[in-house]
Amino acid sequence: MPAEAASQENARGQHEEDLLIQRVRNGEHELFYQLVQPYERRLYATAYSILRNESDAEDAAQEAVLKAFKNLRQFRGESRFSTWLIQITVNEARMRRRKEHAEIMEPIADSRDEEGNYVPRDFADWREIPSETLERKEVREQLIKALQDLGAKYREVFVLRDMQHLSIEQTAKSLGISSSAVKTRLLRARLMLRDLLAPGLGGNWSSKLSFAKGTKPW
Amino acid sequence: MVVKCEDVWREVSNYLEGDIDPGLRAAIEEHLRGCRHCMAVLDGTRNVIQVYGDERMYELPAGFSQRLQKKLEENMPRRRGTAFGWMVAFATAVLLVASFELGRAASSSRPQLRTEHSQPGSGVPSGMMVIVSEKGKTFHVPGCTFLHENDGLRTLTAGEAEREGYAPCVRCLRKYLKTKTIACKGSIRYPVEEAAYQTAVLDGWN
Repeated sequence: MPAEAASQENARGQHEEDLLIQRVRNGEHELFYQLVQPYERRLYATAYSILRNESDAEDAAQEAVLKAFKNLRQFRGESRFSTWLIQITVNEARMRRRKEHAEIMEPIADSRDEEGNYVPRDFADWREIPSETLERKEVREQLIKALQDLGAKYREVFVLRDMQHLSIEQTAKSLGISSSAVKTRLLRARLMLRDLLAPGLGGNWSSKLSFAKGTKPW
Repeated sequence: MVVKCEDVWREVSNYLEGDIDPGLRAAIEEHLRGCRHCMAVLDGTRNVIQVYGDERMYELPAGFSQRLQKKLEENMPRRRGTAFGWMVAFATAVLLVASFELGRAASSSRPQLRTEHSQPGSGVPSGMMVIVSEKGKTFHVPGCTFLHENDGLRTLTAGEAEREGYAPCVRCLRKYLKTKTIACKGSIRYPVEEAAYQTAVLDGWN
């Protein structure tokens, strides 16, 4: 039965993780890195998306991992371990941002009224950005740049839902907002990113790059 | 039902996530057939979700893992006694060997499993955005607890996932797997009709 096979396959990975958690709780602290290692890139990405700075993001991710270690007994297994880690990282990164009063630096989009529908700006036929182009650093940089141009409240929702693959409810819980607010912001974030990345929209591409003058890297 | 451009923009997220009732889906698809602008909005939004959902988006800074390990070591309660150290080393070795063996067993039996043992879905909207993991064999909606989260995640459309041999998750996309079972009994008509309907209305997609 395929259903059983899939369940077993999943249960095995989950079982290994549960076992590791139990062993760390029982005193084998050295195994904790092994527990978080599969998720370190996701934790860093989450922190980076909120703080928009490499060294701050690394500090926040490290601190979040330490807090997770110290509070491992509080993890009840109600959500995935990775989701719990991401939620701690979100809290840590947001706390740091508040401390540094970085909200002042937020783009103007952040202060826009959330009510009312977002009207797309660019209607030219979409030129596909193939996933393979993510191997190229300049493409990744441009995508990250576009993401960083979003206001914090849109960026956070987009990162948790579309990049970290949390559910609407998990995203809402992580950010302390309602599910309907998640949906509204997510829609806006997606449409704004589409506009920022749409071909022919001038000014969003760094003039230092070869493809800035009308051509795209994909 | 007739929808306007504004309705399409408002529903584009729900449409791509398959969280929309069939009547509205059909109306939007009818609109899309005649509206190049809305098709550009839909194509772009789908592409945005797809590229940003790829784990390759972010690279860890060089040395990140080593620094994290060091930080953890510095902040962990110290234990004394070589006997314990040896026990830890032994336990780690056992775990490593066990996971290696498990991994080997899994990988040796997996390559053909994705297609041979997967039950194909029925009526999954082909344009719906789903998540797959590199080594998994099923596709999921975001947040599904059956998602393998450390295997290199990607976002793609259900149609693409199916073409790559992935099948709907037995948990989060169960409703698309039930259809086949129920249809076999021939007693309940709805799922069969739903599947046929989905196939018909989604013809315009590809």
